[in-house]
Amino acid sequence: MPGANSSPAARLLYLYRTMARIRAFENAAEEASRGSVAAFGATANTTALVRGPLHLSTGQEAVAAGVCANLLRSDCLTSTHRGHGHTLAKGADASAMMCELFGRADGTNKGKGGSMHIADFAVGMLGANGVVAAGIPIAVGAAHSAKIRGSSAIVACFFGDGAINRGPFLEGLNWARIFDLPILFVCEDNRYSATTATDAMTAGAGAAARARGIGLPAETVDGNDVIAVDDAARELVARIRAGNGPQFMHALTYRIKGHVSVDAAAYRDQGEVEQAIESDPLKLAGSRLAALGVPAERIAEVDAEAQAEIQAALAAAHAARVPDPDEAYADVQDTGAGQWR
Amino acid sequence: MALMNYAQAACKALAEAMRADASVVALGEDLGHGGVFGQYRGLQQEFGKARVIDTPISEATIVGAAVGMALTGLHPVVEMRVVDFALCAIDEIVNQAAKNRYMFGGQGRVPLVARLPIGVWSGSAAQHSQSLEAWFAHIPGLVVVAPATPADNHGLLAAAIACGDPVIYMEHKELWGFQGEVPAQAECVLGKARIARSGTDVTLVSWSRMLHTALAAAEQAAQQGVSIEVIDLRTIWPWDRQLVLESAARTGRLLVAHEAVQAAGFGAEIVATVAQELGIPVRRAGAPRIPVGYARTLEDAARVSAETLLLELSALVNGDGRGRSMA
Repeated sequence: MPGANSSPAARLLYLYRTMARIRAFENAAEEASRGSVAAFGATANTTALVRGPLHLSTGQEAVAAGVCANLLRSDCLTSTHRGHGHTLAKGADASAMMCELFGRADGTNKGKGGSMHIADFAVGMLGANGVVAAGIPIAVGAAHSAKIRGSSAIVACFFGDGAINRGPFLEGLNWARIFDLPILFVCEDNRYSATTATDAMTAGAGAAARARGIGLPAETVDGNDVIAVDDAARELVARIRAGNGPQFMHALTYRIKGHVSVDAAAYRDQGEVEQAIESDPLKLAGSRLAALGVPAERIAEVDAEAQAEIQAALAAAHAARVPDPDEAYADVQDTGAGQWR
Repeated sequence: MALMNYAQAACKALAEAMRADASVVALGEDLGHGGVFGQYRGLQQEFGKARVIDTPISEATIVGAAVGMALTGLHPVVEMRVVDFALCAIDEIVNQAAKNRYMFGGQGRVPLVARLPIGVWSGSAAQHSQSLEAWFAHIPGLVVVAPATPADNHGLLAAAIACGDPVIYMEHKELWGFQGEVPAQAECVLGKARIARSGTDVTLVSWSRMLHTALAAAEQAAQQGVSIEVIDLRTIWPWDRQLVLESAARTGRLLVAHEAVQAAGFGAEIVATVAQELGIPVRRAGAPRIPVGYARTLEDAARVSAETLLLELSALVNGDGRGRSMA
């Protein structure tokens, strides 16, 4: 990874590559999930390869890429139901992830989790979560554990704007502050709590103000500008590693797709969506790269590499074995294993 | 062997585990003051505030943080004060701790022990007096334990800390001062019940404080010439089917008694299994489906007495076991 001292173009190209990989992954997953769930007016297509609810992070790639570029492999991360981007950016293998979305035995979770519970503990990615805000206490515990064990690892805790209205947000931030834990809270604000605009559901001045109210230093950044996210994350992570306790980032971005892949999100103002597409983080980073003198061919090459990687992941997922029904009984618990009834 | 009470026995088990393994930590409210019932007395003084952690009143984060700790190399013991408060952490117990290993495909383990004391706590009314062991027995991934004696509170807590699965450890709110002999070495195995009194006419299965009511009823029955075999189940899940089935096959009659509400209680699971496998007369005794009231008369209405158990036993011994519950 090009470090902070590398040339701005090299660093940005690295960040762009991560974003391009996430975008390609999300597009491929969306394609494979067409009609995967009966909701939002869609009829279930029982032959869809990616089953059930698929929450895409399309348009939010800069937050995952910019924050994770400042983490080490030994650092931990917790994510949300919209977690593919965080998982890829933390270093998980795209093929193992796509296998998981396809429900294959070779998936990161052996086909037991799918999109909503994607995880790769080997790279410190401690799990996406199907329950809003539920990753916060787990992240706090991982950070508390690092402190108790004398580990130098830190934890990045991603959650959405909807999560700040749940109790674990208050509990977790308070806990992190009183125990001075090495944790970066990242509120990835895509403006929607499922299908409802979060603003209409949130009192007061929002995520950063709430964090400051609990005594956490908080930065608000343009979450579509990967350089801004990278710069802010570098500073916040440095403070955490220096022993200054928990820090908070409020990253303003936009969910280009619906709540789940079958949600056309017709409840949104079309002008709002058009404006969001204008400030697409990949588009923005592409023009920054051009301004830094990176040739268009180089950018196209990175795009093509990302496409090729995800095509290979799709091929691997198609070819992979589905779990044997007997595997449904593995990894439940050791005490009383075999006593199913 | 040493004489000690139920709280001291648990304290001894935790202290031994913490001395043997630096990864064992405890967290919850008021632990530095010894815990609500004295079951943590002296531990913070011995092991320090970093390992015996006083927390805010944040049940969801107490359990959720313990999940994060367990995933990253610690063995947390979590205190919830009473099971009723653990309902503030039900997502963290049911969706996080219990599901983690399975839904992430075995990438991690959650070796945590959550202490959720059950039972009527006299005078404490509806929100401090529930017995919810059946709720947790229903959740794949969890082990559910309910010790009835100081010896078992020592042995089973040691086994729970060592077991590696998430354990819902349900002490009884009114057994803390109960005295008994405790062996120097912990010698309990999760999933193994114990014959607390041998008998030949009826098998009576119980756990937690109701075990002592069951033993009292068995003593009275003996004076009437009826021989009751009393089994202390100790672990609710996985329950010791082998011992219960073996005993019930021998006596030919089964009664299960618990302090929890009878409807959808764990007794229903046991009697249904025994009826299905052995086809013998079975009965169950639990509390009526009412909240626990404050006034003593109301509280007593929610209790299952030895007299009720004697009526239930009589229905099995003097009849064919058919008929409505006596409670």
